[in-house]
Amino acid sequence: MASNDNTAAGGTSPGTGRPDTSGRSALRRRRARGIAGTALSLTLTLLGLLLVTFIIGRVMPIDPVLKVVGDRATQAQYDAAYQAMGLDKPLAIQFLSYIGDVVTGDFGRSISTGQLVWDDIRRVFPATFELATLGTLIGVLAGVPLGVIAAARRGGIVDQIARVVALVGYSMPIFWLGLMGLLIFYGILGWVGGPGRQGIIYDGMVPNVTGMILVDSALARDWAAFRDAFSHIILPASLLGYYSLAYISRMTRSFMLEQLSAEYITTARVKGLSERAVIWGHAFRNISIPLVTVIALSFGSLLEGSVLTEIIFSWPGLGQYITRSLLSGDMNAVLGGTVVVGVCFVVLNLFSDILYRVLDPRSK
Amino acid sequence: MTIRLTSRAVLLASALAFAPAAFAETPADTLVIAHTIDDIISLDPAQAFEFAGNDVNRNTYDRLVDFDPLDPEAGFQPGLAESWEVSEDGTSITFTMREGVTFHSGNPVRAEDAAFSLQRAVKLDKTPAFILTQFGFTADNVEEMITFDDTTLTLQLDQPYAQSFVLNCLTAMIASVVDKETVLANEQDGDLGNAWLTSAEAGSGAYELAAWRPNEAVQLTAFEDYWQGAAEMKRVIVRNVAESSAQRLLLEQGDIDVARNLTPTDVDSISSVKGVTIQDEPRGRILYMGLNQKDELLSNPAVIEAMKHLVNYEGITSSFLKGQFITHQAFLPKGYLGALDEQAWTYDVEKARQLLADAGIEGGTITTRVRDLREYVDVAQTLQASMAEAGLTLEIEQMTGAQVLDAYRAREVPIFLGEWGPDYSDPNTNAATFAFNPDNSDDANAVGLLAWRNAYEVPAEMNEATVAATLEQDTEKRAAMYEDIQRQYQAEAPIVPLFQRIEQVGLRDGVQNWWSGGAVTSVVYHQVTKGE
Amino acid sequence: MTNTMTRREWLLSDAPQTRRQARLGAFYQGWLTFRTNKLAMLGLIILILLLGMAAFAPLLAPHSPFAQDLAIRLQPPSAEHWLGTDALGRDILSRLIHGSRITLFIVGTVALIAPLIGLFIGTVAGFAGGWVDQVLMRITDIFLAFPKLILALAFVAALGPSIGNAVLALALTAWPPYARLARAETLTIRHADFIAAARLQGAGRARLLFRHIWPLCVSSLIVRVALDMAGIILSAAGLGFLGLGAQPPMPEWGAMISDGRAYILDFWWVAAMPGLAIFTVSMAFNLLGDGLRDVLDPKGGAK
Repeated sequence: MASNDNTAAGGTSPGTGRPDTSGRSALRRRRARGIAGTALSLTLTLLGLLLVTFIIGRVMPIDPVLKVVGDRATQAQYDAAYQAMGLDKPLAIQFLSYIGDVVTGDFGRSISTGQLVWDDIRRVFPATFELATLGTLIGVLAGVPLGVIAAARRGGIVDQIARVVALVGYSMPIFWLGLMGLLIFYGILGWVGGPGRQGIIYDGMVPNVTGMILVDSALARDWAAFRDAFSHIILPASLLGYYSLAYISRMTRSFMLEQLSAEYITTARVKGLSERAVIWGHAFRNISIPLVTVIALSFGSLLEGSVLTEIIFSWPGLGQYITRSLLSGDMNAVLGGTVVVGVCFVVLNLFSDILYRVLDPRSK
Repeated sequence: MTIRLTSRAVLLASALAFAPAAFAETPADTLVIAHTIDDIISLDPAQAFEFAGNDVNRNTYDRLVDFDPLDPEAGFQPGLAESWEVSEDGTSITFTMREGVTFHSGNPVRAEDAAFSLQRAVKLDKTPAFILTQFGFTADNVEEMITFDDTTLTLQLDQPYAQSFVLNCLTAMIASVVDKETVLANEQDGDLGNAWLTSAEAGSGAYELAAWRPNEAVQLTAFEDYWQGAAEMKRVIVRNVAESSAQRLLLEQGDIDVARNLTPTDVDSISSVKGVTIQDEPRGRILYMGLNQKDELLSNPAVIEAMKHLVNYEGITSSFLKGQFITHQAFLPKGYLGALDEQAWTYDVEKARQLLADAGIEGGTITTRVRDLREYVDVAQTLQASMAEAGLTLEIEQMTGAQVLDAYRAREVPIFLGEWGPDYSDPNTNAATFAFNPDNSDDANAVGLLAWRNAYEVPAEMNEATVAATLEQDTEKRAAMYEDIQRQYQAEAPIVPLFQRIEQVGLRDGVQNWWSGGAVTSVVYHQVTKGE
Repeated sequence: MTNTMTRREWLLSDAPQTRRQARLGAFYQGWLTFRTNKLAMLGLIILILLLGMAAFAPLLAPHSPFAQDLAIRLQPPSAEHWLGTDALGRDILSRLIHGSRITLFIVGTVALIAPLIGLFIGTVAGFAGGWVDQVLMRITDIFLAFPKLILALAFVAALGPSIGNAVLALALTAWPPYARLARAETLTIRHADFIAAARLQGAGRARLLFRHIWPLCVSSLIVRVALDMAGIILSAAGLGFLGLGAQPPMPEWGAMISDGRAYILDFWWVAAMPGLAIFTVSMAFNLLGDGLRDVLDPKGGAK
């Protein structure tokens, strides 16, 4: 979708960071077709995504074989690995056999971790998911009320604050803010946990069920571990939450303004409804559908892995995994990560579509 | 959703977040280490060849001979082999195995396991296999060359190699003894257990591998039946922390016991922190400058000589590499047999300028590629500045390690700045790559040799001297031979050793007997204790 | 123009006599609206200062941005070095001043290339319709589905790190929204009467596209570009931070943060100063963009 939020690209990514409605117009366009059609076109997108990634991987001037065999390998050892990796076959065959494997659930082996890519993803994705969820939660809990109030008292103090908050959010390099946040809240004040997902001594203490440490430690009723994990996640999550907030509050505000200028609001006011009822009962209820879409999109882009945030906070998530793999020419891992990103994209789009159908009476 | 709910949630969240978390000290029987361990791609000792992988295998496996962490100067000591004997003609060595040692599986350690381990490494022929195959073992002959009976193991060599050479190589991680029964039970498609051992372990070392999560952490637990007595640290956790500043914070806060990648700046600040000490340990890695002889300008002897004077040795080791490197201008690192500790060149821009002028060289531009590691880039930038003073222009392109390595192996890096780490604890490891290049043609494709990568045509007598040194049985004479080679090297070679790596380890007070492995091997945890 | 009329009256005239007067008048009107927006003016002033700084960098910078002095490395801000020195003893202020050129170069080039690619693809898709539209929009979707920074990283990794390739990578990841926008605009005017009229007059497809459709898409694109400038700066800084943008010793701001990162605990200014510079400039672009949107696209604003 067009209106991804910005965090994935370290602040606002070009052409995408602003409250805009191209995401919505794309959705409207899509609603014209059936869900089956949407699913098909999204699958095609996914395939295209893989093809592009694949091609980039093959033109990249990084030799993946070298990563496997290391600097000291002889030519014979090198050749053996080259063949074992199937690099001697034509590109088209390589791509097709890759797609065939993926369809049967085989993502191959990562050369930079030596593990099955699927196992790697099962390990890194929950880390990103946990962070993105908390980040979005913060963004929604703070951003929606901020946007509503800003619209309700347009030009008032809250509106001004909301404006500044969003403006700063759009202008701040996220990696820099993360660095400064770590310096102040961990380094100087010691209020939060440091880089990583948990204190090292808690490493491996909680049985791995979901891969999300907050959930796992709560399930195990290990509150010390929970507290520790929370102290580690809160800073990066707040950071992502802030960017998410900037976006969500602006969108909420503009949706609300659109509604508040509508006729039925005037009618409601004339009928003597309290301002509170007008805003929350009428206007807000009517923006809930586009708002959910916006939130889903924002969540989706956080799921894609917030590369820079993950790097700054040594967060072993998807974004860092893909980046690291990319730079070592580990294409199985990059493609596997891309599939996950693509699937997230597809699922969230379908979800928004279905939501529109279910919630929006006009589409029936 | 109401505002009230929101503000309550925010309050709750911030209360949880800002209540200072209980930063307890690490448990008394647990050693917590921050290190960069993202280079591990396999833990199979026949395959692993990365620093962090070797750090793990050093502790989970034993070898026939090993270094004593409490007395590394003494050189290789009996390990799983109790004693050994060299045949009259020097072409075979017979080891007597230690009795009563068991693997983590409970199986006894036998001569058969030791033979299997070495044969396996040769047959798998993964990257580090050359450490063994240089003695004449091949996949075809290894069953005859390496033989065993109930208590002894015999290695038949193709030449009468120096005993110190052979035994030093057997301290390398590829010579780790694996549990034959367990490994073969996990074999897939005749891979001799390679796939399984990638993330598992079948050794007899002081520690068992509890978990390895790539790019995240390695966890070890003490092996209670270890033949040298169970380790005091019951649990060792190595967490991947890439940033020095993060490692420093963790150490200051008491979240870890050991920080292994501190930058000089962080070392400076942390050395004044109460409860933390810094331990310096020279490691084997040499930071060197390779001048590619395919480059017309760089193949001019006057330019080579001038470049040696354009490195600000003093300035670099006293500023951004302070404490992390010492000036070292010979290819054998301190701690090795035959290491040479002579300063052949000093920083002297004026002299460099004169050398260039005498040779009639007026300016010139070189574009080179440097790995995007802070240290290398900074060294490159200072070199850039001093070259500019001498009238030479250096353009720098930053690239990832993989990209630079690719180009380097293709002989396409004009000025290479990077480190070389020895592969095993014998001087031949560096001599055979810096000072040995029998065929300098492109077709030779000797990508493993640093001399070849820099297109350095090593003189015939130096090639011969390097080979001869591996056959000298008298250790004193052997050392002298290496010193001679290095002196000749300093006089003419376009590959210029600059600095030797010092590992500055940050330790919480109370951590004792820490040893990172010195110049010759990897870290050992068995002897580490945590007192008061 | 009569003598009794001031220039202002001429510009604001209700009955412009020439096309030029009308155009200038509209422009002036816009300027008046823009000027009332104090924040937007602030943004404009900052950017003008930035331009001046870039133009006169060698004159303004108190030191050379490249001159190293290991003896005075990591000095805190002082009278001699207003913003302190970095790890190689270079003057941070001078590096920031020279770095403004790189920032402007990146932003300027990306903001030129990306909308052009998008404009071309979007208008062609919208104008041609049918399978051309399908294919082009599918490609656009594919690029939109990528995490932006990872895509840019992949491009730079494939092309080799340099400032030119960073610009290219950013442009290649930034065009899809413009294509979407241009296509939407094209669809709304494709069947307009004046297009039909031009067609009757014998205008070819290319002429229709470039002479009649492009000009109408441009103004909405400009607003969008203005709003995206800050994002481009931040993305470029992100690439620089990862070592994939400008190469040393070039004083690119993102790379400077990356350099300072190792020293952040004791020498915070090394990383903080370039961060503040990025923040200031991207904020200025944001303010300017908001102001421009009010002027050029009053209906589409989120105000």
